[in-house]
Amino acid sequence: MRTWPTIMNRILKPALAGLICLIGFTPLAIGADAYKIGGLFSVTGRGSFLGDPEKKSMEMAIEAINQAGGIDGKLLETVIYDTEGDPQKAVSGISRLINKDEVIAIIGPSNTPPSLAVKSFAERAGVPLISCAAGITITQPVTPWTFKTAQSDAQAVSAVYAHMKGRNIKTIGILTVADSFGESGKHQLLSQAPDFGIKVVCEESFGAKDTDMTAQLTKIRKEKPDAIVCWGTNPGPAVVAKNAQQLGIDIPLYQSHGVASPNFIKLAGDASEGIYLPTGKILVAGLLPETDPQKPVLQKYIQEYESRYQQPVSGFGGYAYDAVHLLAKALKGANGDRNKIRQALENITGHVGISGVFNMSETEHNGLSPEAFVMVRIQNGTWALEP
Amino acid sequence: MQELLQYIFSGLTNGAIYAVIALGFSILYGATRLINFAHGEFVMLGALGLISLWQGLKIPLAIALVLAVLGVALIGFLFERLAIRTVSRPEPIVLIIITVGASIFLRGVGMLVWGKDAHSAPAFFSFAPIDVMGAKLLVQSIWILGVVVALTFALHAFFKKTLVGKAMTAASISKKAAWLTGIPYEWMILLAFVLSTATGAVAGVIITPITMCSYDMGTLLGLKGFCSAMLGGLGSLWGALAGGIVLGVLESLGAGFLSSGYKDAIAFGLLLAILYIRPSGIFGAKDLHRF
Repeated sequence: MRTWPTIMNRILKPALAGLICLIGFTPLAIGADAYKIGGLFSVTGRGSFLGDPEKKSMEMAIEAINQAGGIDGKLLETVIYDTEGDPQKAVSGISRLINKDEVIAIIGPSNTPPSLAVKSFAERAGVPLISCAAGITITQPVTPWTFKTAQSDAQAVSAVYAHMKGRNIKTIGILTVADSFGESGKHQLLSQAPDFGIKVVCEESFGAKDTDMTAQLTKIRKEKPDAIVCWGTNPGPAVVAKNAQQLGIDIPLYQSHGVASPNFIKLAGDASEGIYLPTGKILVAGLLPETDPQKPVLQKYIQEYESRYQQPVSGFGGYAYDAVHLLAKALKGANGDRNKIRQALENITGHVGISGVFNMSETEHNGLSPEAFVMVRIQNGTWALEP
Repeated sequence: MQELLQYIFSGLTNGAIYAVIALGFSILYGATRLINFAHGEFVMLGALGLISLWQGLKIPLAIALVLAVLGVALIGFLFERLAIRTVSRPEPIVLIIITVGASIFLRGVGMLVWGKDAHSAPAFFSFAPIDVMGAKLLVQSIWILGVVVALTFALHAFFKKTLVGKAMTAASISKKAAWLTGIPYEWMILLAFVLSTATGAVAGVIITPITMCSYDMGTLLGLKGFCSAMLGGLGSLWGALAGGIVLGVLESLGAGFLSSGYKDAIAFGLLLAILYIRPSGIFGAKDLHRF
């Protein structure tokens, strides 16, 4: 009959050792020759139109880098958490990424409120954070560890105003959605107007779920502006387009980059004809002149994304794709040192990405210029590039 | 003058939609003393159901309209049988919480079926807007107003002139007395649910051509409808009609003459004021002192 110590020695100890190996050492073994990169995207929830293509683009870009041998001989490993667009979930996600997963850099979140919520965590822990959200307050004022790849409203507004200046538009009425996107747009529209010699004669707003904007449009029409600018995300702006057509308003209508997707044309139907809007170049990649430096990058990304996921490319996945490639550049030679990665990110110039040409610096953590946007006009149910 | 007219036209259209939603609240409250907080979701189901049937399955408009309303009424039927009737102790607070739960459930189902993107449908008729002293009146708006008034008359006639309608009113006044006179009380409740959800679907289908529809459109519409019903006096059909129109026009005038940022604040401020000053609503007084 076996005694208790024998059982202990023969069976339990090896079993325990095996368990410890399984639980404890395996992740370490992978971790030793891989760089862990965190991702925080709104994969589900209201912001899924952003988070879903971003997650896919990040995975695609990382896989391509790994297939090419990784960075300095080390593979990249991703840990992605879903924020559902909720700042609270983003905060718990970033805590896990920093404390449990011990990532060396984080890409995301997809939306502005979660990005602002997690920013201080990245700053305190000293982890480079590359946000994929549009809000200008993420990188202004500049804080050491926070970067972003998405174009800001400020650049979109500049593009719209430059287009207006070329058409001799002097007075405008603005109609913005009553949420953070609309408020930020309104702020930019008002503050940049004097620089372009434009006067805002009427400012109105609408609720994100409102079903009728006739009253606001009527009020704007009374002021007789040269053009109307509507700043919002679907579906509100499509209602505005429909209402403007019903009211027979014949002055130019400008929309924001927030509706730059084929879905807007589908929603607004023939009321979308003739509307001007700024958009990132991805939407019109095929129409760009051959001289555009972004064209080959865009076409490669679109081709890869569409053949891999069998679905049309969206305008938003590029933010994460750019973030991965910027990070890959910064990782080279940094040997996993977070501070070196941060410094390298700050020194990247002339990086041709999906959203534009990035020129980072100590005082500029977005690095894009208004040229990141092009103006398009909706014509015959599709986009036409404006000169 | 042109602006004022335009605000009124736009307010009438919105008000008419609020009124149909308020009718649904009132029918159910009148028969069961219950407020269905999932009512907005039935509006959503009607709207998105119509878009799927008409645009998706290419069913002719007239048939699709009927099918959408009947389909939602069927869901209302199932809702009453499965979620309301099965409650062992049907206290008002329990039932109201069930309707809140149902609204979250239906919104989730709507998101799974129709996705998170908004959908839109073309106008039912492609007439140009009518020009009234510079203000544009949509043919669709006239049609919506017509539907609302016709619906209110029809429901009024049903409750006052038909035996079933009178039985429903009786059942709501006293459950026990109605039961003693042989009125099948439970059937009356079921009928109230079906009627109420069907009017919700009517609101949904008439709204589709003038706006965008998405799985989460029901919440705000439901609240505005509830507001209108309270304003007019819960349980009163004419009150619902008046409440909806008043709310729509006030909202539109407020957006036009004050600031569009206060549009929803006007609606909910009005609701608070009504609850405070005259809890029974404009037409509600008679209803409360029925005995």
